[in-house]
Amino acid sequence: MSTALADNLGQPAFPGSVLANTGTITARNLRRLARVPTQMALATIQPILLVVLFTYAFGGAIHVPGVTHYIDYLLPGVFVLAIGFGASQTGVAVAEDLASGMIDRFRSLPITSGSVLAGRVAADAVRNLLVVGLMIAVGSAIGFRFHAGPAAALAAVGLAVAAGIAFSCLNLLLGIAVRDAETAGLAGLFPVIIFTFTSSTLVPVATMPGWLQAFANINPITVMVGALRALCLGGPTARPVTEALAWIGGLLLVTVPLAISRYRHAIST
Amino acid sequence: MGDQPAIVAEGLSKRFGPVRALDGIDLQQRAGTVLGMLGPNGAGKTTTVRILTTLLAPDGGRARVARLDVVAQAAAVRRLIGLSGQYAAVDPYLTGRENLAMIGRLYGLGRRAARRRAGELLERFDLAQAADRMARTYSGGMRRRLDVAASLVAQPPVLFLDEPTTGLDPHGRIALWELLGELTGHGTSVLLTTQYMEEADRLADAIVVIDHGRVIASGTPGELKTRIGGDRLELQTLPGADPWPLAQALAALGTGPPVVDARAGRVVLPVTNGPEFLAEVAGRLATSGLRVADLALRRPSLEDVFLTLTGQPGDGLAHAADGTGPSAGAGSPEPALGRTR
Repeated sequence: MSTALADNLGQPAFPGSVLANTGTITARNLRRLARVPTQMALATIQPILLVVLFTYAFGGAIHVPGVTHYIDYLLPGVFVLAIGFGASQTGVAVAEDLASGMIDRFRSLPITSGSVLAGRVAADAVRNLLVVGLMIAVGSAIGFRFHAGPAAALAAVGLAVAAGIAFSCLNLLLGIAVRDAETAGLAGLFPVIIFTFTSSTLVPVATMPGWLQAFANINPITVMVGALRALCLGGPTARPVTEALAWIGGLLLVTVPLAISRYRHAIST
Repeated sequence: MGDQPAIVAEGLSKRFGPVRALDGIDLQQRAGTVLGMLGPNGAGKTTTVRILTTLLAPDGGRARVARLDVVAQAAAVRRLIGLSGQYAAVDPYLTGRENLAMIGRLYGLGRRAARRRAGELLERFDLAQAADRMARTYSGGMRRRLDVAASLVAQPPVLFLDEPTTGLDPHGRIALWELLGELTGHGTSVLLTTQYMEEADRLADAIVVIDHGRVIASGTPGELKTRIGGDRLELQTLPGADPWPLAQALAALGTGPPVVDARAGRVVLPVTNGPEFLAEVAGRLATSGLRVADLALRRPSLEDVFLTLTGQPGDGLAHAADGTGPSAGAGSPEPALGRTR
């Protein structure tokens, strides 16, 4: 063995490129996703349940003007809800990595801190793509249809995944800040619950009391769901999509630098 | 690196809120040697390692690893170091092979080179059988070995091992000790923290003892042992017998006065070159007609080191000390022969 450990001693390893390192970390996180049973359940069973439960439990009670099938109205909203729930797992995962010492190990390696965080967010984006695909498949089986053509449908999927990336970055920051998996999970869920239920995700804003309408109309979740609906159901898309992208961009501009700077000082305890 | 020191630290200080974790740590390590950092829990060992491995910025002082400044040249330092922290930092949901291959990839090895290196290390660390099982199925000792293996993936010239034998069984401990010998034989510099005097004594070329964030002693194991009086000869009288005649009969053999615990019927005598004395001890016992229930030669424990260097037990030693330290005399109602604390 001695040769195995001995050769090249003293020769520094060359750091891989940022992209290659991000790919390595992404692959690691995706492996975990496939192997951790609770993660798999959250990525598969939960979105299916959301689609089916809301469609059948609320579908009979809610009539949205201009929409024949509630599921056509519902599904873009449930994309955001499922992605929001899923994003809390980004914070949980980074808090777990902090607690287990993995972050210490990564930080002692010759890689940029951005690779570790980008690998986390990229893996979660892949998961979100699967989640959205699964929801479209289940939704289609029970009556959902895209009404604005394939290009708009693809744009809807892309926008949903982009929203997921922004949510993940917010949770990344939360996870690094609270450093505890359970706390990170809860901290990530609260904003999702509060913001989705005070938005147009499940019901039209017009059915809400006036004071709540005022909030619901400016709620970023309403903006994102509105853009997704425009892409799925048809109608003018330029303005809602621009507004949604502005929110996503704004969220990223705030959370990414904060997450990177906190990560650089984070150590396992 | 030639004769350049592998690690130099000057006046490192670090506070965590009101806690002064490091209070001016100075140390120097020659390249290709093992530096043992000895101290109780909370002494500042891990904080020092974290500063030297660029994970933490010091509040004051400077440190260079492989001639590079750990703050200003942190990225370059990371290419030259390996770290195995206090807790086994391996991904439980990856297999042993995947864990090591991932680290290899992050060090810039190609896919095949990373897998080959992982295979070598798994073989070396006796993990080949479990290579393709998820690390969560490993025992604590196996996980620990995988973690140490991960720190060696890039064959770093400077290796940091923070309490590497914690959680290892005696077999694993000895295997790791042997490995360290091989590494330094090939020029690797190793900084090792430990709570065990025996480990530092056996592995380290030089030792720094730290307590409350300060270096309280440093030197070769031999120098330190001379300061703390070498080994301890412990004798236990037969039940009910008076230990004083025993102490008087043997006092001349010790490097210092014997400590007597009359109630426990125990005599502790500091000695050097312990084993050679055993025959003489036995001879004296025989000629003076004294009998003992038990006779043991023991290495100074960390507690002995602290007692001698600071005059008081280190904090948090409950687990590090074996409970039979020289405090044997502490409970004695009579003053110890010649030595009182």
